[in-house]
Amino acid sequence: MPKLFLKCLAVLSLMLISLGAVAVIDVHEFSSEEIRERYDSLTEELRCPKCQNQSLAGSDSPVSEDLRREILILLEDGRSDQEIRDYMRDRYGDFILYNPPVEGKTLLVWVIPAVLFFIGLLVIFFVVRSATRNAATNVPDDLKSADDEFINDQTGNH
Amino acid sequence: MKKLLVFLPLVLFVLVASFFFYALQVRKERPVSELASALIDRPFPEFELLTLEGESINRDALVTGEVTLVNVWGSWCIACRAEHPFLKELAESGVRIVGINYKDPKDAAIRWLNQYGDIAEFHIVDRDGRLGINLGVYGAPETYVIDAQGFIRYKKVGIVDDKEWARMGPVYERLVAEEPEGDSDA
Repeated sequence: MPKLFLKCLAVLSLMLISLGAVAVIDVHEFSSEEIRERYDSLTEELRCPKCQNQSLAGSDSPVSEDLRREILILLEDGRSDQEIRDYMRDRYGDFILYNPPVEGKTLLVWVIPAVLFFIGLLVIFFVVRSATRNAATNVPDDLKSADDEFINDQTGNH
Repeated sequence: MKKLLVFLPLVLFVLVASFFFYALQVRKERPVSELASALIDRPFPEFELLTLEGESINRDALVTGEVTLVNVWGSWCIACRAEHPFLKELAESGVRIVGINYKDPKDAAIRWLNQYGDIAEFHIVDRDGRLGINLGVYGAPETYVIDAQGFIRYKKVGIVDDKEWARMGPVYERLVAEEPEGDSDA
């Protein structure tokens, strides 16, 4: 069984290899290290409205540049992270949030990945288990009986 | 039972594929690049800016009790040039148009207007795009329909042409019909 577990783990870890990161380089003056960190995480979690799938941090489009500058202004103004998220959502809608709120029409977005992930786990489990079993018995049943028939034919046993 | 399980991926695939197919069909009407505006049915944001002529201007100059198209444009924007002839027709038929000159050097904007013609009552200069942020602008051209009380009732991202006017026009006409008595010039 630990062997089976290890095999499942190997397949799963292969799926994680493709994660990456991108960022655009701006020149900004931050008044404190804390603001720089919050700026970094906010621009990572907010989405560029002009592009289909880039964060504000990763996008070079003029509107992302403006929104990054706006975020910095708001941060230096003493606004909280949630206030800044709400500020952006007020103007650009749910689209700008990479983590949309869990409610009504966005519920599917949250539920489907979990369900698919669970189905995937089941599939991997069953595939690996049946492969392990076959390896143990070595020869599938129908091949075995075909072998028996062949031997019987050759030896004239009917 | 186990044999039937083999078809599970196929069934899932067909389900997902038909969902995508449906979504693509629906999206033909409105491309993915067009986000629903968060500002529909909200008042046009307050602002304090200059016009291209250099006069200072605020929201009161925009909201005059007349239904208005607010067109976000820039001299750098090719698509703005493409929609310009159609907007000109609208302006000539009596539609009030106000421009937002978005992230554009002033002299380039004035040169553009001299070349293609000025169809707007005035242009609000949004040099650094902050009015744009308050409006949820993410590109140009964008066109907003503002009702007599200054509420945003419709937004189009992209070119306004006769095809788009088939959608925007009825909204505009309905708002004009709702305008308070005696305030309309139509």
